[in-house]
Formats: sequence, C-alpha cells, structure tokens
Amino acid sequence: MARIRIAAPDTAEPGEIIELKALIQHPMESGFRRGSRGEVIPRDIITTFECLYDGEVVFEAEFFPAVSANPFLTFHTKATQTGTLEFRWTHQDGEIWSQTHALTVG
Amino acid sequence: MTAIIKPDSINRRTLLSAGAGAILVSAIPGRAAAASEDMLAAQRELFGDRQIREGRVALKLPPIAENGFSVPLTVDVESPMTDADHVTRIAVFSPRNPLPDVARFTLGPRAGRAGVSTRIRLGGTQAILAIAEMNDGTLWSGSAETVVTLAACVVL
Amino acid sequence: MIRTVVVGCWLALTAACGEAGPARDVSSMAPSPLKSGYEFLTPETQALQTDAFANPGFLWVDRGAVLFADAREGSPACASCHEANGEALQGVAAHYPAVDETSGRLLNLEGRINTCRERHQKRDRLDYESDDLLALTAYVAGLSRGAPIAASVGGPAAKYAERGRDYFYTRRGQFNISCNQCHNDYWGQKLRGDTISQGHGNGFPAYRLEWQSIGSLHRRFRDCDAGVRAEPLEYGSDTYVALELYLASRAEGLLIETPAVRR
Repeated sequence: MARIRIAAPDTAEPGEIIELKALIQHPMESGFRRGSRGEVIPRDIITTFECLYDGEVVFEAEFFPAVSANPFLTFHTKATQTGTLEFRWTHQDGEIWSQTHALTVG
Repeated sequence: MTAIIKPDSINRRTLLSAGAGAILVSAIPGRAAAASEDMLAAQRELFGDRQIREGRVALKLPPIAENGFSVPLTVDVESPMTDADHVTRIAVFSPRNPLPDVARFTLGPRAGRAGVSTRIRLGGTQAILAIAEMNDGTLWSGSAETVVTLAACVVL
Repeated sequence: MIRTVVVGCWLALTAACGEAGPARDVSSMAPSPLKSGYEFLTPETQALQTDAFANPGFLWVDRGAVLFADAREGSPACASCHEANGEALQGVAAHYPAVDETSGRLLNLEGRINTCRERHQKRDRLDYESDDLLALTAYVAGLSRGAPIAASVGGPAAKYAERGRDYFYTRRGQFNISCNQCHNDYWGQKLRGDTISQGHGNGFPAYRLEWQSIGSLHRRFRDCDAGVRAEPLEYGSDTYVALELYLASRAEGLLIETPAVRR
C-alpha cells in the first residue's frame, strides 16, 4: 500500500494551463547504501511516473536512484475537456500504484 | 575549523582534524565543475553526438543544501509548447553521483508549459546539467551548482 | 561513516571543553531567546516544512487520520471518544509528556496512544517506531500544530522532569559530552556544516532529510547518543520519556510544528 498525495484543481477554464503536484510514499532505496553489517541494501525504486488525461499520457517521468525518497513532482497540463486525470507510478518490479482526480472544464 | 587547534598540540586529534580537512576539500566548489566521463557517456547514449547549445533551459537549485538527501530542483524550458514548437524530452544529469542519470521527463504540447519540479539526491557539491530536446531535434542545456555541506555527527 | 562520526563529534568535544575562558554557568543556562530547530534550517528546507502539500511528513499524518477513524467490532475508533477529526484533542499534545493518573507513570504521546489501545480499544500495543505508531503520533501531535508547549513539571511529574534534567546534563559516551554542552552552550555555532540547534522536540515526529522518513523524538535521541558514542537507550525507555519532559519544560511556549522537517 502506498500513500499518495495529489494537488490538482477541480475546475479549470478551457485551454487553461493547470499545475499538478504528486507525492508518493516510497523509500527509493538507491542500491548504493550498505546496512550495519556491510551488506549492500538492494535497489528498490519507482522507475516510472505517468499522468494520463482521459487515458492519454500527457506527462511522463523516469526516475533513477538519484530521485529522493517519497518522490515529489510538479508539472503542468492544458485543460482541454472535462475528464479524469490519472496519476500512475510503476515500481521496478512492475507493481503499479495509481490515483485519479476528476477535472471539470468550462 | 582548524582555528581552534593550538599549533603545538600535534596529536591524534590534530591528525583527525587533518582528516576532516581532507574531507572538506572534496566539498569545495570548482572540483565539481568538470563533467565526469560517465556523465558525458550518458548524454551521448541519449542524444548521440548532436550539438547541444547552452540556453533556453533554466535549471534552479539552491546554492547551498544542508545535506544531499533531498535537494529541490526545478527545470523551466523556454518554449511556446504548441504543436509546431515544443519540448519533447528533458534529461537531468549528475557528474558526481554514483549514476550519471538523475531523472528524465517526457512531455509535449499537452503539457502547456515545460516546467517540472522534483527533489533529488546529490552525492556532494556539483553542477547538475539539464538537456532539453525540442520537437525539431535541437538540444538545449542549462546547469546549476549546489554546495552540499557536511553534517555533524552523521549516524547512518 | 564511522570516520564521519569521529570527526564531527570530536569538534563538539573541542568546542565544549576547549574554551574554559569567561565564566559560562553550564548548569543553569537554558537557551534564550528560544529558537525552534526551524530557524536553523536553510530557506529551502523551511519552505518544505511550511508547504502543506509537499511536506512529506503529511504522508504519515494522512495515514494517522485513517487509523484514528478505524473502528472495529468491539473496539471503538480513537474518533469515537475524541470526536471526528480529533477535535477534542486539539492542543492536547502541547501538554505531553504527562503523568497517567491510573498508573502514575509518565507517558509521552506514543505511550498514551498505546495505553488507550490497551485500555479502551482492546488492541495490541503498536511497536515503537512502527509506521502506524508514527502515523498516529504525527496525526495527534499535528492536531496541536501552532499550540505553545506547556507541559506540567510539578506534582507527580516533578521527579520525572528531574530525571530528564539529569540525563541532559550528564556527560556520556566515548566523547564524554552531555546534551547541554552542545544545545545550551554552543547553539547557533557551527559543527561542520550544521548550525547547532537548541535541541527542542517541538517538531516531532519530524521528517528528517537524513532519515528520508518521519521518525520519533526517541529516534533523534538515539542518534544523538550514538553521535557522542554512547549506548543509545531503548525506544520508549522511561529515561527517554523523562528527557522528553525535561525538554518540554525547557521549551515552554515554543510552538508545536509537527510534522516538522529537520536536517
């Protein structure tokens, strides 16, 4: 279970550029750290983030171990029609966490 | 920091302090100015040998970070973000982290604005580089440096 | 990393012991004016704390709100007694740690939450530093965000405050230094890249960049103890709870910032 925080407007004017923020709880273990007995702590990161607007990808991010724990993103999209924004994170092993937000345009 | 050491007291503590000095030297700016081979290789892998021009990319990092665990980074690319003229990709590189790749962003006219913020890890003082690829294939870059200070009594 | 500890703390040692000079009455010097750890952060880290969206501590506060409302058969939710959204608990964390009337023991918020679970919810105690206990504690402390610290150190609490004070002023570890030597005598000065804070607990549980997570005040104590190369005490130990009370008395009037962001 991952905890997610989304900041997105509920309404927008047609053509308006809206700011979107997304935060997810994840340690983003880099794979470069060692435990107390000197053993390498295996890499455990989210590798991809996508924002879909009515199913179409409007923004995508690829994360490497240099992205901080609990990855945070701010980005933008142009409000075109009333619809659903989906925020989707994919783990290196394929697990997906997602949350949606309804946007009313007009 | 060495000011508190009496000149005649050359003992274990002084030696430890010299060790501290050596660590601090690695944190001073300047050394980070040179792009690492790894970073250049990562750039080439993504963009080949195409020309990269400086400009149009504004990279914002704090001048000083109190540690390298979570440093706020903002990239803004000058672009109308229309169907005819827009940014398609932004790649962020580090010359001093264990891996040169930091993050990549894919966007297009539906983004409306080519502005992205996130938080990144810095394994020491360095100049981070962002390269933006436009839909006409041109490449633009911007960079910014952060001094990462060393924490006291770090227990990891 | 061991080297880092050695070097960093050796400086503390030198700073603390090397300048006997003009009289500084170590035993009675509480910091003045009171400054929250917030004031020793870079503007960017301060901005992260005050950003009600981006402050990662709120990931735990959000979880705490869900747990607070979690009612089960035969086991009421926290909200069943303390009102929805914890309204009845606003400002309460500012009075903790406090002596539990039933047992006479000093309890911090974590201890109070676990005591409530056992007595009123018939649930198991949550492990100290577990994600759920951190989440509940951060949520409950967050209900008092902005409230001035006002813990009672009189009556039955007096002996605990004294015990905490003793811990604060006792030299320990291989470096043989005490809390007050950094946090009373040298706050505001540099220890490597850091500015030494006054050592207040008003932001905890806090999201520490170094931990890349939220953590309890006891985790912070354990880091400090390990930093001076003393044996850290157990999470939730009576002595750490007493130290928490002494710190609260020392920070009276300082505003609660949970979930704060710290280095």
